[in-house]
Amino acid sequence: MCLGIPGEVVELLPNHPDLARVEVSGVRRAVNIGLLADEPPQPGDWVLIHVGFAMSKLDETEARATLDFLAGVGQAYTDELDALRRSNIE
Amino acid sequence: MRFVDEYRDAAKARALAARIAQLCEPGRQYRFMEVCGGHTHTIYQHGLADYLPENITLVHGPGCPVCVIPMGRVDDAIHIASRPDVIMTSFGDMLRVPGGMGSFLDAKAAGADIRMVYSPLDALAIARAEPDRRVVFLAIGFETTAPSTAVTVQRAAEEGVTNFSVFCNHVTIIPGIKAILDSPDLRLDGFIGPGHVSTVIGCRPYEFIPRQYRKPLVVAGFEPLDLLQSVYLLLRQLADGRCEVENQYARVVPWDGNPAALRAVADVMTLRPYFEWRGLGFISHSALRMRDEYAAYDAERIFPVPGVRVADPKACQCGEVLKGVLKPWECKVFGTACTPETPIGTCMVSSEGACAAYYNFGRFTRERVKEAVR
Repeated sequence: MCLGIPGEVVELLPNHPDLARVEVSGVRRAVNIGLLADEPPQPGDWVLIHVGFAMSKLDETEARATLDFLAGVGQAYTDELDALRRSNIE
Repeated sequence: MRFVDEYRDAAKARALAARIAQLCEPGRQYRFMEVCGGHTHTIYQHGLADYLPENITLVHGPGCPVCVIPMGRVDDAIHIASRPDVIMTSFGDMLRVPGGMGSFLDAKAAGADIRMVYSPLDALAIARAEPDRRVVFLAIGFETTAPSTAVTVQRAAEEGVTNFSVFCNHVTIIPGIKAILDSPDLRLDGFIGPGHVSTVIGCRPYEFIPRQYRKPLVVAGFEPLDLLQSVYLLLRQLADGRCEVENQYARVVPWDGNPAALRAVADVMTLRPYFEWRGLGFISHSALRMRDEYAAYDAERIFPVPGVRVADPKACQCGEVLKGVLKPWECKVFGTACTPETPIGTCMVSSEGACAAYYNFGRFTRERVKEAVR
């Protein structure tokens, strides 16, 4: 919950201007990008996601380093990904 | 778990450790507090304390939002959850947190409809799908999660969803740090500032720490090298006679944070006059409640809550651990009566809690790591 998870924006959802489909460790889910409205992320951009909300942008190198780090965290990260998998934001 | 000798940046870590050792004044003891539970996790997982000279102590702070929830608030949440018309929702981290009368897990076993969600938006989706039930989201977390709750409430209001409310337990990091600075039993030389909280609040809110308390603070990333570099930056400031806020994690943390997120929080929530933090007691202006304009979404106003203060179990020393006065293994019940499976205190519940982090990764002994580093 406290550690953000990096995800890559795959597509913007035309019917929901504040949502984007984001891929996180092979899981594709809708994520709210409304809090980055000042500089909206585009497909291919990486964002740091907290509980379904993109909170900041980051570059790909940083995103991959963070994913490596999270993989090392173990159970807490697995639980977070499981929770994300069950998420159905609309 | 990655062992130190497998760790890909071991050479860089050793080089940094050598520079850190050079900066230490002989005979001086340094105590740096990492505020964030994520940092505590990294420190134990990678045995970072063992890369540091013995005169540097990393003190674990209160930055685990699950850990600072007082038992009385858990009881209040269970009280609401036990109503037959209510669906209680929260993050998985809350499931095992003990209140005075058991945890969510116990309440669930007794028949309460308690569901784990990934996001407050998922809780809102349940409210839409089950219009005959009243869906309550137990909101916890520092500034990293408060904006999400705020936007969800805005969304519910826009859509006219009337069966959704929030039991708000959001806390704010700055008063927590201030309480520690004002605590008489703790001497600190500087702070490792939280990373992801700072993506929201930015670096400015920390400026009172060097200004009023003459302690340096370095906002840090979560990787082992980030933390070592932050310790280096703190020592560098002390050696140069400087005292300021530095941003080691500028690649993710903007100096001004996320203004849109702060605006959303300010629209929906306002500071409480005071709030109880587990182990730290009542702290002024340290938590958020729903604004009057959003009273219809405030579970505390919709449902009667007992609001009883519950003292921590006598054996539990989470308070001392959260203030950094005790190391996890110095607690009387650590690893014996209190384990992640049957936690007595909150620090053992959350994976970001200092006790759980040490319990899970504490197999590094100082000696063994030194051998690996040699």
